[in-house]
Amino acid sequence: MSEARPALLEIQNLQVRFGAVRALKGISLQVKQGEVVALLGANGAGKSTTLRTISGLSRPSAGHILFGGRSIATMPTSQIVRLGVAQSPEGRRLFGSLTVDENLRLGSCTRIDADGIAKDTERMFSLFPILRERRPQLAGTLSGGEQQQLALARALMASPKLLLLDEPSLGVAPLLVKHIFKALAELKQQGMTMLLVEQNMKLALQLADRAYVLRTGSVALEGSSTELLSDDRVAQAYLGAAQ
Amino acid sequence: MSSFEYILQQVINAVSLGSLYALVAVGLSIVFGVLKLTNFAHGDVMMVGAFTTVLLIGIGMPFIPALMCGIIGAAMAGFLIERIAYRPIRNAPDVTRLLTSLAVTYILENFGILVFSSSPRNFPLPATLNDSWQLLDGAITFTNINILTLVLTFVSLIGLGWFITKTTLGIGMRAASEDMAAAQLVGLDINRLIVVAFVVASAFAGLAGVLWAAQAGVVQPQMGFTPLLKAFVAAIIGGFGSIAGALVGGFMLGALEIFIVAFLPDEITPYRDAIVFSLLIAFLLFRPGGLLQPNREVKL
Repeated sequence: MSEARPALLEIQNLQVRFGAVRALKGISLQVKQGEVVALLGANGAGKSTTLRTISGLSRPSAGHILFGGRSIATMPTSQIVRLGVAQSPEGRRLFGSLTVDENLRLGSCTRIDADGIAKDTERMFSLFPILRERRPQLAGTLSGGEQQQLALARALMASPKLLLLDEPSLGVAPLLVKHIFKALAELKQQGMTMLLVEQNMKLALQLADRAYVLRTGSVALEGSSTELLSDDRVAQAYLGAAQ
Repeated sequence: MSSFEYILQQVINAVSLGSLYALVAVGLSIVFGVLKLTNFAHGDVMMVGAFTTVLLIGIGMPFIPALMCGIIGAAMAGFLIERIAYRPIRNAPDVTRLLTSLAVTYILENFGILVFSSSPRNFPLPATLNDSWQLLDGAITFTNINILTLVLTFVSLIGLGWFITKTTLGIGMRAASEDMAAAQLVGLDINRLIVVAFVVASAFAGLAGVLWAAQAGVVQPQMGFTPLLKAFVAAIIGGFGSIAGALVGGFMLGALEIFIVAFLPDEITPYRDAIVFSLLIAFLLFRPGGLLQPNREVKL
């Protein structure tokens, strides 16, 4: 990717502790405007913690998180969303007792441009047509794939500058995984910047421009997707193999 | 008096008592929903509302404006309780939060005793509200305050229904009850949401407090205790944290209490409260999520 583009998200030496456990031991990464970056690694490598910390749900014990040049490491989550960072979290975390419409409405709760919200709602229904049929239904009654689409749509309703995606293929039927990644590719075409955590390495690298491979809280590898697709060490990091 | 008229009278009584339980239970459930905190001070916020109203009537204000001020006073009390007592311990362990809630109860009650003394005072209800109506040749009796209670309950509950289904803040409140982290991730301002929840819940407590005292005819600093316990039972029956559950539970409990007294043999009626609390234990044991949420666990 061209170096001329400024980094939209810049993480420097990020450390996060949970009590005595060091979940992140100082990771640095960059996501440039319009880029799709994947975070790979085995379970427990710190991928979700990284996303949670960017969104302000976990607090760093050291390091910097800059979004558009501004430090967001100590901002409340709602303000981070307002600045343009939306997340579709691990396990989807939909509001199951609320309808599809209500979930989408809350996705746009940081916005006041009624016209833009209406337009984006329509955009979501053309990106994920099944959601239009499910509008009055409770989110908890949707299938796994439908829920994942709703979780994506809810995050997109914030009209984010940066979309954080945590395991969009988890618990989704294979056919729908394809559909979801097609929608993500479409978003990429439209210029959406994304940071993607995904267990399915191949899917992730097909979508992403670049990737970082985490191993037990540190960046073990980084490179372009094409490089990493042919690198054995990526698979090793996944298996958690000690080196 | 025919049995039909007797039953009808009991139904009216049940709806009347149930609406008071529902008003209190709704407030408890709103706060529990967003904070997962059993707010024992809720009963004392009722007392604040009732005393505010009594004082204002005492200096010559008509009943309805005094009632409005009572509701506002209770809402302000709720606002202050959240800010001063609950916010600093929001992320503390459950035991700390529970003890704080009890401490607030005692502080408010003792404050009430200090200002008003612990002896009951008459509730200066305007004579017109005590006028009673007789239907079916006097077989059925109800007073204007009964009617007012029902009207205000339904109006306020419809207003609440509108708030939690039509406004972003209200929908956000339901969302936060379900998943606080996810509510933050969509960008809801949690502090604001909790303040609104407390103010709305306390306003309901204020309204319930005034109506409760008006029907009982007296106000005293400990007046919130019994309705709080009953509303607690009602909220558990319906499903703690669920607003719809609190309504269902409130009206069911009102009906149960009235019907125990009305239709069961006289030897059983003294055990009314024992039966009610046995029901609470039964629900906690066998259906802890309540009627509307059969699979959810309740943590007090």
